[in-house]
Amino acid sequence: MNARLSAMHRILDRPVNFAGRGLLLVGIIVLLAGAALPLWRISLVAPQYAEGLTLDMYAYQIVAGNAGQDLAEINTLNHYIGMKPIVQADFLEMKVMPFALGVFALLGLRAVVVGRIMGLVDLAVLFSYFGAFSLASFAYRLYSYGHHLDPHAPMKITPFMPVVIGSQQIANFVQTSLPLAGTFCMAGFVLLLVAALWTSIREARRDQR
Amino acid sequence: MSTRVTVLVGGSLAAALMVTAGCNPPGSTKAANSDTSVAAKSFVAPGAKDEYYLFYSGGHSGQVYVAGLPSMRHISTIPVFAPYPATGYGFDVESKSMMGKFTWGDVHHPGLSQSDGKYDGRWLFVNDNANNRIARIDLRDFKTRQILGPIPNSSGNHGSSFVTENSEYVLVASRFSVPLPKGRYADPSTYKTEYNGMVSGIKVDQKTGEMSVGWQVLTPPFNWDLGSTGKGPSSGWAFWTSYNSEMAHETLEATATQGERDYAAIVNWRAAEQAVKDGKATLMDGVPVIDPAKVPGVIYFLPVPKSPHGIDTDPSGRWIAASGKLQPVTSVFDFEKIQKAIAAKTFDGDVRGIPVIKPEAVLEGEVPVGLGPLHTQYDGKGNAYTSLYVESAVAKWTLPPWTDAQKKDLNTIVIDKIPVHFNIGHLVVGGSDTKEPYGRYLVAMNKLSKGRHVSVGPSQPESSQLIDISGNKMSMLYEAYTEPEPHFAQILKVDTIAPIEVYPKAENTDSNAVWEASQASVTRNGNKVEVKMMAIRSRFVPDKIEARAGDEITIHVTNVEQTTDMIHGLGIIEHDMNVVVDPGETKTVKFKAAKAGVFPFYCTNFCSALHQEMQGYLAVKP
Ligand SMILES: [Cu+2]
Repeated sequence: MNARLSAMHRILDRPVNFAGRGLLLVGIIVLLAGAALPLWRISLVAPQYAEGLTLDMYAYQIVAGNAGQDLAEINTLNHYIGMKPIVQADFLEMKVMPFALGVFALLGLRAVVVGRIMGLVDLAVLFSYFGAFSLASFAYRLYSYGHHLDPHAPMKITPFMPVVIGSQQIANFVQTSLPLAGTFCMAGFVLLLVAALWTSIREARRDQR
Repeated sequence: MSTRVTVLVGGSLAAALMVTAGCNPPGSTKAANSDTSVAAKSFVAPGAKDEYYLFYSGGHSGQVYVAGLPSMRHISTIPVFAPYPATGYGFDVESKSMMGKFTWGDVHHPGLSQSDGKYDGRWLFVNDNANNRIARIDLRDFKTRQILGPIPNSSGNHGSSFVTENSEYVLVASRFSVPLPKGRYADPSTYKTEYNGMVSGIKVDQKTGEMSVGWQVLTPPFNWDLGSTGKGPSSGWAFWTSYNSEMAHETLEATATQGERDYAAIVNWRAAEQAVKDGKATLMDGVPVIDPAKVPGVIYFLPVPKSPHGIDTDPSGRWIAASGKLQPVTSVFDFEKIQKAIAAKTFDGDVRGIPVIKPEAVLEGEVPVGLGPLHTQYDGKGNAYTSLYVESAVAKWTLPPWTDAQKKDLNTIVIDKIPVHFNIGHLVVGGSDTKEPYGRYLVAMNKLSKGRHVSVGPSQPESSQLIDISGNKMSMLYEAYTEPEPHFAQILKVDTIAPIEVYPKAENTDSNAVWEASQASVTRNGNKVEVKMMAIRSRFVPDKIEARAGDEITIHVTNVEQTTDMIHGLGIIEHDMNVVVDPGETKTVKFKAAKAGVFPFYCTNFCSALHQEMQGYLAVKP
């Protein structure tokens, strides 16, 4: 058991191999691309909105369809059910996320240059936590928009949970929420990170034998 | 006669009577075409869109109507010369001041703006025959943006709106001659000497579309009728027909129909423009007027058969068809010959200094189209279509050049005829007045429709009929009851324009616009109350206006919506007030709160689920 652990420690102490560094570098580029691309799209379709109202969530902004008009329209419609207006400034995540992604990119870059396998493990664990936290926070945001309804609103509806991934009917609207390119880039970063780990560990094991 | 023969004869007679008893008298046309396969040709399924706009004039309703082709569905009304509560036109300060002191107009001939002899989709110009005005509709938002007039020295603006090749001018001619300048008295018995007609060039600013009077040419007191503008070889020229060359002033029906010919005017508008530049015009009522006796080369007369109505230039610009409504022929003139005649001075004297071109020298032929020919349109494929008022039909004929055999018998070039119901006035082929007609549909605008529809009492509607002209034979597709009274129309391919559907907030320059509830206000200044109001689903802010009896109230209402079709209206009970505000638009209304009381106001344009709740109070203290 001890021998196994110390073997693992030796492996974790080893530098990231050449292929791993390459994969990691590609991963950082993908991560940065993901930071610039939209992460998630929420769309609302109703008979009189056949073309759909859309909100694209980025790491740092909300871009509404129809040159921004869709956000105003969604807020105007939401006032009937007493939902708080969706305002970009309320999204603290959008201030934190670009910074956090920058930190991950820098940590990644450090690993490319002087990284040890342990550093990659740290990066993967932290980033997975960050990803899970962001997703949960996004879900919580949707939850609070759907649950903190003004009791004096013109229309009283049962508080609801907007769907995070998939589609559902809310009154006359079909709400759809799906990940976009940015999220896939984030996932790609994780995959490349894992691939870098895998190739480094495999090479380290081969050397140990 | 034997009994057998008697029985035989009697039997045959009875049979003949039985056969004929159920029939219409000879000559009556079949009431309906029951071939349902025709319906598919004009069918536009619910939710599907038409291919063309039909902009048709509404005559003395004062409005312009928009229908779709081929469905013939009425889509929208563009109010121009008369109030239209449906869109709040004629209630707000801006549209009221545009209409001036008039509450109606008589719209006859819409004309689309052109660039290089083709529709460019910028503007639609329409005339007001009654009050001598001309209006410009912007096709960016389908709104009337300017009404010019009453035009000085011009009375009875019937002979317009004819747009030149690059929309340099919209041309106008006076139907009624009066003593000039307007406001001068002269007894109608002095008509010949004291009265004058006028043809005018209304200059169009190419950037803004703003119209102004560019030049006018003084004419004898003929009654100018329809016109058209030249292109190609006739570029820079314009043509009008007239009636009453006799210059009679009473019982025109008889006195103005004595001569065998009336004059058409052949006007060189570029020469008129130049004459004004050269200072050869004199100002009358603030407008440069050219006296053609002193400025040669601006206008010529051409005798055409008796009481002509339409004069239409073909898409090539060479052939000009004029129809004498009291003669069963359409005269075709060759503009190349007209130019030669002018150069060679092939004249038959002059009328008040205006040279009269010898008709034989320029006439290509008289086409026996049928009874009561009025207007001619072209399909761009060498065919002409002439409306026959008396005959209630449309005749299709071939444009020159004709073969010798055809020239020998011009009956042979009349290739088809289709009955219309009834008494057709104008007809329109899309793009007929351009270099490139669409040549697909023809719309016949008929003056009478009796017996064609379920009865609606003595006020009978007019009808328009859609005719397919894509084949050799014309075929009747559809019949619609177009709003009264359709005179003329323009057809525009839908994809030529891309109208806006909301006014972008960024474009709103009204200093009284408010975009947020916090900016809304009620301000009193003496007995003036000024309100800056915001309309949004489903409330007005403010929704209470306090005033005192006798106050003058101004409300600037901004519809802050930026969503297509989210229109709000502000109707005020017992105040004859209804303003309708499109998304992103600000409109101003002014009125007096004459008596004390509480007057609810409410949204008149159904906007949302809580539209009914969109209301407020004008509370007027004694
Ligand atoms: Cu409303």
